[in-house]
Amino acid sequence: MEVSITVNGSTHSSDVEPRTLLVHHLRDNIGLTGTNIGCDSSSCGACTIHMNGESVKSCTVLAVQADGQELTTIEGLAAVAESDGTATGDQNWHPMQEAFQNCHALQCGYCTPGMVMASTSFLKENPNPTEEQIREGLEGNLCRCTGYHNIVKAVQSVAGGAS
Amino acid sequence: MTAVMGTKMLRKEDPALLVGENKFIDDIHAPGELWMGMIRSTMAHAKINSIDTSEAEAMPGVVAVYTGEQLAEMGLWLAPLPCAWPVTEDIVNPPHNPVAVGEAKHVGDIVAVVLCNDRYGAADAAEKVVVDYDPLPAVGSLEAAVANTAMAHSDLETNKAFHWPLVPDPEGTEKAFAEAAHTVKAKFIQQRMIPSPMEPRGCMAIPSPAGGDITFYSATQVPHILKVMIAATTGIPESKIRVIAPSVGGGFGGKLNVDPDAILSVTLANHLGVPVRWTETRTEAAGSSHQGRGQIQHMEVAADENGKISSVRVHIDADMGAYMMLITPGVPLLGSFLYTGVYDIPNLAFTCDGHFTNLTPTDAYRGAGRPEASYAIERIMDMLAAEVGITPEEIRARNYINGGEAFENHEAASTLVFDSGHYRPAHDRALEMVKIDELRAEQARRRDAGEAKQLGIGMCSYVEICGLAPSRALGGLNYGAGGWEHATVRMLPTGKIEVVSGSTPHGQGHETAWSMIIADKMGVDPNDVEVLHSDTAKSPLGLDTYGSRSLAVGGVAIAMAADKVIEKAKLIAAHQFEAAPEDVQFEAGAFSVAGTPSKSVHIQELGFAAFAAHDLPDGMEPNLQEQVSFDPPNFAFPFGTHACVVEIDTETGGVELIDYVAVDDCGHQVNPMIVEGQLHGGIVQGVAQALFEEAVYDEDGNINNPSFMDYLVPSAMEVPSMQLDYTVTPSTSNPLGVKGAGEAGTIGSAAAVMNAVCDALSPYGVKDMDMPATPKRIWEAIHSNANNSNGGAA
Repeated sequence: MEVSITVNGSTHSSDVEPRTLLVHHLRDNIGLTGTNIGCDSSSCGACTIHMNGESVKSCTVLAVQADGQELTTIEGLAAVAESDGTATGDQNWHPMQEAFQNCHALQCGYCTPGMVMASTSFLKENPNPTEEQIREGLEGNLCRCTGYHNIVKAVQSVAGGAS
Repeated sequence: MTAVMGTKMLRKEDPALLVGENKFIDDIHAPGELWMGMIRSTMAHAKINSIDTSEAEAMPGVVAVYTGEQLAEMGLWLAPLPCAWPVTEDIVNPPHNPVAVGEAKHVGDIVAVVLCNDRYGAADAAEKVVVDYDPLPAVGSLEAAVANTAMAHSDLETNKAFHWPLVPDPEGTEKAFAEAAHTVKAKFIQQRMIPSPMEPRGCMAIPSPAGGDITFYSATQVPHILKVMIAATTGIPESKIRVIAPSVGGGFGGKLNVDPDAILSVTLANHLGVPVRWTETRTEAAGSSHQGRGQIQHMEVAADENGKISSVRVHIDADMGAYMMLITPGVPLLGSFLYTGVYDIPNLAFTCDGHFTNLTPTDAYRGAGRPEASYAIERIMDMLAAEVGITPEEIRARNYINGGEAFENHEAASTLVFDSGHYRPAHDRALEMVKIDELRAEQARRRDAGEAKQLGIGMCSYVEICGLAPSRALGGLNYGAGGWEHATVRMLPTGKIEVVSGSTPHGQGHETAWSMIIADKMGVDPNDVEVLHSDTAKSPLGLDTYGSRSLAVGGVAIAMAADKVIEKAKLIAAHQFEAAPEDVQFEAGAFSVAGTPSKSVHIQELGFAAFAAHDLPDGMEPNLQEQVSFDPPNFAFPFGTHACVVEIDTETGGVELIDYVAVDDCGHQVNPMIVEGQLHGGIVQGVAQALFEEAVYDEDGNINNPSFMDYLVPSAMEVPSMQLDYTVTPSTSNPLGVKGAGEAGTIGSAAAVMNAVCDALSPYGVKDMDMPATPKRIWEAIHSNANNSNGGAA
């Protein structure tokens, strides 16, 4: 089936099998490998991206369902921040990317793209969360390295900075 | 230049990871690649009558389908999958073929493999392979293996693989128990854990288009070990194999094996002349990635009337699973030396029997043997405290090595010599941070009021063995290799510094830490240091990453190689200054002549001088490049005290961790930010063993919870924020005075949590509870008082 998807500002039209998962389409066909796959039951959130500004697990969306939609992956997050004037630091990153580095909220980095995408989307819905709310808000994203302590701190630091 | 070591320098690894630029194994592709789809046994133990591959072979894109029998006839490998640690001379180690021949031994055992030009196609074709099995009696648990009523391997007469004793003084043990005022006996169960790094395993073998050579990409912790083992298993010469670990998404022991997929992809790529790859699915991992723990511990202590312990006697039954993997039988032995914990216990009697089951093979998982040991001694310390009628903190205080005061070179009952320790400050600090007195008052109030939510306070003082390992010690344990680590430090003509390390990171931040060591040693900007690793072509010598060894062995090798570079550079500087080398001093990267500070040259400038070689001292070889293989004289022994507070809802059995305090001592710290991260993650993995995770099998050997839907890796919701602090007791085992930090968190946390759970439940007569302490188990313990291995006290 023909699908046309706008990812990080570029439109990609391709012919895909109807059963193709969006995450495989992004990774194997479009070549955006920053979005990772950590499970096969929609449990881990490593594949979290933004579809029309909201976070979705891209393993739980078919490529054909994303036809005509606007997606942002980790590769495009800094550009989004730049265009809305929130980019920070020497790297011109999204504040969440900078906070993750500053708070040592990543180790192996495998869950990180999904965790960063989920965190930015969560703060959009709840700009001033409590620690408890952050932990609940990130419940769908698993990390095996950090014990979450520094991830929560990173999200708090962005929330604090934004308020 | 100010010191870099000891600062919280941000990681060099992070930028690529934060924008998705780095490459994990599944991000890398090769033209013409074929995907392997594994056909895995759906039965724990069965005779394979026949395998019909015809329908699969007709599927689009399928290039070949091979059964185990066909592969054996093709002679693609010389030897079965390796076990590098045959712990005894008479160990039973049935052959472990990459693909089962004749008989499948566990659910997940590979029985055939399809090769297809498409990821989805390989999965489709694998489903079309029809296997006709005759079920055989399965050994579905460790208890069943010990009972020996069914055999995990039909051609064996027992499930027992080995018996390994560490009983230095049997008469002393008998005497201690005969004369003891108090003895406590307990049975602890170390449930099977699935390591679950967030990146599943995966690999790709690419034969050189020019013929002969194979490049093997693998999500592995151990590229160097893999290279040797692939050569030994397949017969392909080592010099023709290059192993590369790209970005690796966590390991925790789960990626240190020589798995069937590695041998299959290499040999099939070699045979077919095309790249062959595989990416594990998470559900597949339950049967294909090795698991951790899987032990039953029979633990006894003997003590005098004051609770001073005279002997520990312990017998372990250890679940090997269906086959011996790389270090399967050695894992419980790594714990054997720690059953006396941080205590001055003059006598230890340890025995271990390894048993085969028809379950997924076991091997290393974060801590490997040491969390189990720490758990057993620290749980029984609390039981002994109750028996003697004193508090958990008092029983520990009465037993610490050297009364809790600082010591060096303590010979434990196991005969191992602890490098250094100072246990009381961590103990005191942890209890202060957790506010023990206030908590006990609040606990008493809630108990008196009969409130539904009860508090429990638990502590654990642990010591662990890391920095694996002195090669001679490994030889003494019948391990098949050494424990050194190799490093090269080279000054490039541009003045940049290249470090080549045999350690292999998978999230630990080696590039940052190694740059910091060089920055301090050589007086250079850490950003001028480039670290090469995880590629056997760039780093030909190495023994990789496990057992909290990277810093204490590999990092030390780097520091020593840097010293040698400085030594040589000093001779060049002296030559340039026309001064005697002994008059040249080195400070903050610059050489100068004592008393003439105007004459100075920076070590980075000497990089070019050594490269150009226009004016070197007579007879000196050009270039500044030195290498060191560091073989540590002893292990390093990190330690600490963890304390934790749980709130148990006695009406639902729910547990909430409301505070977690850890005071750890890993000697000098290179980057405290990285240490903190290692501890956070380690602690949560121990908490997960205590409260959430268990690979659950039915009696027929089927796993009930193979996916993340039902294998409960905790999320941010289930774990608390942690309070950490440190003491610093330098190691005497290496010149940097460092100890490892990667496994310490896990080694300290499970016992702390379970001590808290049991403390909360003690008014209900509960003495012990099996892990994981699920709401169901807790509720049943409160209400029926029977659901644990040691029974209740009602």
